[in-house]
Amino acid sequence: MSTEVKQSKSLLHSALLKVISEKLSLIALIIVGIYFLVAILTSAGILASDWNKEVGASYMPPSSSIIFGTDIFGRSVFQKVVKATETAVAIGIVVSCISILIGTTMGMIAGYFGGFIDELIVWFYTTFSSIPSIMLLVAIAFILGKGTMTVFLSLGVTSWVGLCRIVRAEVMKHKEREYVHAANAIGATHSRKLIKHILPNISHLLIINFTQTFDAAVKSEVILSFLGLGVVGRPSWGTMIDDSKLELSRGVWWQLAAATLAMFVIVLAFNILGDALRDALDPKLKGK
Amino acid sequence: MNLYLYIFRRLLYVIPVLFGVCLVIFVLFNLVAPDPAYTLLGKHATIQQINELHHELGMDKPFIVQYLDTVKTAFTFDFGYSWASKQNIWDMIKAGAGPSLSITGPLYILSSLLSISLALLVAYFRGKFIDKFVLVLSIVGLSIPSLAIILFGQWFFAYKLGWFEISGYENGFPNFIPYVILPIILYVFIFFGGDTRFYRAVILDEAYQDYVRTARSKGLSEYKVMFKHVLKNSMIPILTNLIIQIPSLILGLLLAETFFSIPGLGAMVVKAINNSDFPVIKAMTILSAFGFILFNVLTDVLYTVVDPRMKLK
Repeated sequence: MSTEVKQSKSLLHSALLKVISEKLSLIALIIVGIYFLVAILTSAGILASDWNKEVGASYMPPSSSIIFGTDIFGRSVFQKVVKATETAVAIGIVVSCISILIGTTMGMIAGYFGGFIDELIVWFYTTFSSIPSIMLLVAIAFILGKGTMTVFLSLGVTSWVGLCRIVRAEVMKHKEREYVHAANAIGATHSRKLIKHILPNISHLLIINFTQTFDAAVKSEVILSFLGLGVVGRPSWGTMIDDSKLELSRGVWWQLAAATLAMFVIVLAFNILGDALRDALDPKLKGK
Repeated sequence: MNLYLYIFRRLLYVIPVLFGVCLVIFVLFNLVAPDPAYTLLGKHATIQQINELHHELGMDKPFIVQYLDTVKTAFTFDFGYSWASKQNIWDMIKAGAGPSLSITGPLYILSSLLSISLALLVAYFRGKFIDKFVLVLSIVGLSIPSLAIILFGQWFFAYKLGWFEISGYENGFPNFIPYVILPIILYVFIFFGGDTRFYRAVILDEAYQDYVRTARSKGLSEYKVMFKHVLKNSMIPILTNLIIQIPSLILGLLLAETFFSIPGLGAMVVKAINNSDFPVIKAMTILSAFGFILFNVLTDVLYTVVDPRMKLK
């Protein structure tokens, strides 16, 4: 993945400048940065390493010392929310990468080679997208059983079709462009033309898709947690929100509030950032 | 003219997709899924018991036969029996469809009307305050997890304020109304953001076309431009989105039906997951996929009616 980012530097660079120049998207970028930083620090064990420790009685309401109160086991809800950031960012990144890998590879092959291969891939993704995504997600997650790997795979495998469609259409256009003919004339192989020449020119689609898939994955994790197919052994915003279904009637609202707030902020920031990036990278799509 | 031929050709194209869907479901449930013997017989089953079960479920047949069995169930709707409740799955689906539709039907109409008319309004006033306000509201709405909205809504409006029924359901037309109002309101809110944004984008996409500029420059009023030209031309993506949602209405709402104890198909799926009830999940996956494919064909056929340019290229 790193090679393609380097090659499209000028495009990315100008897009980044545009994003930074606007106040709202700059704030969104900073918020996303903070969340990523928190996730890195958490996984390094610097932040929230003792989230599993009891800090007080069960279900203590928020106070000045324990900012978001405690959960059923007397653990600090704040520490759990911080620890869960790591889970959420990991889910967002891994799911987006799976989806981009499948979507781009298949889309490029279909668009470039055409003919029977194209028909086969189109048939494959038509089939896949014919199963309503929620049922496919449920079926895959159900079959794989609960766990972090299930969350990664089931969300990744169900979210590549949109990108595959766009990449296919775009590659079909690009393969007739002069620069590809030029590359052909100097004897470039198929893979060289695809990876070295065409891929950088469609990389903006991958970046736009990344922000959308990240958002959707973080939100879908809640549904999987609700179905009992979510992350195990570590806190996640989804399991925290799901846990609160039994707590609300006892007046325990802080776990729901804390997890929802944490998730709301990053999803909102990614939404704004995604819109700004898309406007900057692909003016044709502006306003969509 | 050639409409019937077109429909026939379109239906022909559906066949490989139907077989493909069955293939995906077969791979998932017959190849990837763990052996159901542990779920059904427990940990202490003898080998003979396991073999008998495999024979009973048809798992000792060759894969190709198992695949064809999957295809057969899809066309006959003979999904067999639930492992958990031993009921006939087709009967369960028929019983659950009513309660599901009693929420999703009104919800579909309300939220579509709301989001399309709002989208028209903000597209008319594009760039003005109301446009920005609705846009911000829909992005904010999009960013709140739906489970949190349902949990909070049920707790606050039904439990704390007591305005609505907390949960439960009664069959029959006027009886179910008190139970479905709150879930409908909450879901209108959940769907509002994404839908409004989508319809606004569709309408704005049309609003910047050349013919709209022509219409305006020949002195047509903004109102006429919007409703006579823009809306008519954005009908295709709007219709697609509207029709494609219909099969999911029957699927019901996994979250709402569980929390409000509505005995619909969404709640049935959730229960099946908790009980490791393979045949029910399989049946619902097949059914929803077939519904989706059917309505997809329907959309394509409708295009030719709505848009004369599309006439059977």
